[in-house]
Amino acid sequence: MALLIKGGRLIDPASGRDEELDILIEEGKIGKIARDIRALGRRIIDASGKVVSPGFIDLHTHLRQPGREDEETIETGSRAAAKGGFTTVCAMPNTEPPVDDPSLVEFVYGEARRCALVEVLPIATITAGRKGKDLSSMGRLSRAGAVAFSDDGEWVSDSNLMRRALEYVKMLNLPLISHCEDKALSQEGVMNEGYCSTTLGLSGMPKQAEEVAVFRDLVLLGMTGSRLHVAHLSTSRGVELVREAKREGLRVTSEVTPHHLALTDREVRSFNTNTKMNPPLREEEDVAALKQGLKDGTIDIIATDHAPHAFEEKEVDYVMAPFGITSLETALGLVIRELLEKGTLTLMEILAKMTVNPARILGMAIGRIEEGARADLAIFDPKKTWKVREEEFLSRSTNSPFIGWELPGKMAWTIAGGRVIYQGSK
Amino acid sequence: MSFQRKDLLGMEDLSSEEIIFILDTAKSFREILERPIKMVPTLRGKTVANLFFEPSTRTRLSFELAEKRLNAAVLSFSSLGSSVAKGETLLDTAKNILAMKVDCFVLRHTSPGTPHLLARELDVSVINAGDGAHEHPTQALLDLYTIRERKGRVEGLKMAIVGDISHSRVARSNIWGMVKLGAEVRICGPPTLIPPDIERMGAKVFYSPEKALQGVDVVMMLRIQKERQTRGLVPSVNEYKEFFSLTEERLDLARKDALVMHPGPVNRGVELPARIADGERSIILDQVTNGVAVRMAILYLLLGKRRQGRVK
Repeated sequence: MALLIKGGRLIDPASGRDEELDILIEEGKIGKIARDIRALGRRIIDASGKVVSPGFIDLHTHLRQPGREDEETIETGSRAAAKGGFTTVCAMPNTEPPVDDPSLVEFVYGEARRCALVEVLPIATITAGRKGKDLSSMGRLSRAGAVAFSDDGEWVSDSNLMRRALEYVKMLNLPLISHCEDKALSQEGVMNEGYCSTTLGLSGMPKQAEEVAVFRDLVLLGMTGSRLHVAHLSTSRGVELVREAKREGLRVTSEVTPHHLALTDREVRSFNTNTKMNPPLREEEDVAALKQGLKDGTIDIIATDHAPHAFEEKEVDYVMAPFGITSLETALGLVIRELLEKGTLTLMEILAKMTVNPARILGMAIGRIEEGARADLAIFDPKKTWKVREEEFLSRSTNSPFIGWELPGKMAWTIAGGRVIYQGSK
Repeated sequence: MSFQRKDLLGMEDLSSEEIIFILDTAKSFREILERPIKMVPTLRGKTVANLFFEPSTRTRLSFELAEKRLNAAVLSFSSLGSSVAKGETLLDTAKNILAMKVDCFVLRHTSPGTPHLLARELDVSVINAGDGAHEHPTQALLDLYTIRERKGRVEGLKMAIVGDISHSRVARSNIWGMVKLGAEVRICGPPTLIPPDIERMGAKVFYSPEKALQGVDVVMMLRIQKERQTRGLVPSVNEYKEFFSLTEERLDLARKDALVMHPGPVNRGVELPARIADGERSIILDQVTNGVAVRMAILYLLLGKRRQGRVK
């Protein structure tokens, strides 16, 4: 059935359009964009006072399936995504087993077709078994539909192997996503190394673990002329290295998570295990540098690093607890709070980093509102606030440090392929 | 003043007034230890559970004795081995013991923040008896008590803490306590065993004991952990000894009346030669004696008026 979205403020970063327009959706696609489209008995969504954006695209999601269905599944993760305004999520391959074989890529697509509310695009591993020893069958994985490669959670520490991966991926024209962390430096660390880790007696992960890894990857990128996407930047120097590489013309892109914009390592003082993530929360100066990186374009996208963990896993001491937080549902609220309300970016700039920019990294014509495009939309009120409540998460896990926070950007409707997949409360 | 806390988790969040109040309270318990009958009925009817997830002799015995001398019922639980398996069940273990109706947990654990976890989740008093490299507040309080007993004050004194600062909860708790009471704290060790930005806690950093010990009133030596240096932080124990152990020559750089302390257990002949450990400037055994009194005072202040705990 045709759907008419009336009276919303359409913001489409791909075209730079920001005006009040109606959108007619027919057969899952955007049929028409115009002023005052007549209702003619169509189902109407009254979007007045709300922003109509392309559905968000998350380049960094952990859906945990196969292997850890107690933490999340493709189905529950897709519901969380829908609530967060995401219509496309890229599933990281650090599952059990890791997605290093075409059959597993097909499994993800199959599960997604069967039960996901949003588009789920599998990322495959760079190395077989994420072991950092041999290249995975990147060609066959690409043919099966892998949209990128990453050993996320592990850095490919063998420089020669990373060189070959960067070279090989050129023939597939897919991005390599690097989790930049030199584990020889971060060791058994559980938080940022600095004054806070010193007072808390917790092992630190120095910022240099990220910086060394980013630098090496960029050197190899220069050597190979390939493409590289740096996952979850968290340090000031990391941003600076990427900025410099871009200036030199290297084909590098980078991302930041909402939580690295909103929190610092001081939060760890609570010993709340939901402040434990990798990369760890850093310091004020890093947060400022990350914001500056977003502003000047060094950081291309905002990605969630949605990392659900079962309650029992986080209900332990800080050292034992696993890294990561559930974050699809709080992403928009946090970036509006940290970037829009604090005057760092305009809404247009923020949405670009959640829609058309990740689409460009994937090389896909999604994340835009134009006639003929798939009707993927996020409709929200940027000013209206909502309270983050543990019992209201749609993710299977509730490991969020933002429980109890009042966040702006309440989602009203999420539409994927012309279908309403999420409708918020009034 | 009165002491209103439910828990004693660390020195960092105690005010100097609270510290002084605890030390003054400990004085009266110290007197009890000189009596022929070293028991008082203060905590009759109360139950204290000692949960030790890490090897400990001194601290565990000191707490048990303090509890018994206050007439509390004492439950001791020690569980060593895989900290992984233990960590998973810590809260559960505590809830189960609490279900048997106890009034206080004394917790020693390898992981920082574990006493805070129990204190946050459970309506029962929690005393931190050492959490990883984070804090060991009762040790710092007994050290402060002993220094005050000998020197009559803490303010204006110079203290050097020498050894593996990175892995030392004793160093951290002592830095907080000494600085709050107006002492100058110098920490000294190889740079690989000094954690980043520790100056911000108010301590001065030295890599040379010859410099650190100049004119100090108190020298506190820390144990060098043998397993730590295998992790490549110190080339060898022998080299460490050569550079950092307390020799007579080094001790002569301190004030004539300088006190030598050690939280124990001493690696005799490693960080501290037997002659100095047993020498007249050593107050190591006073520390141990006072530890019982200080812990009695803390138990009294936390439990004296509190009702029985229960699961939240």
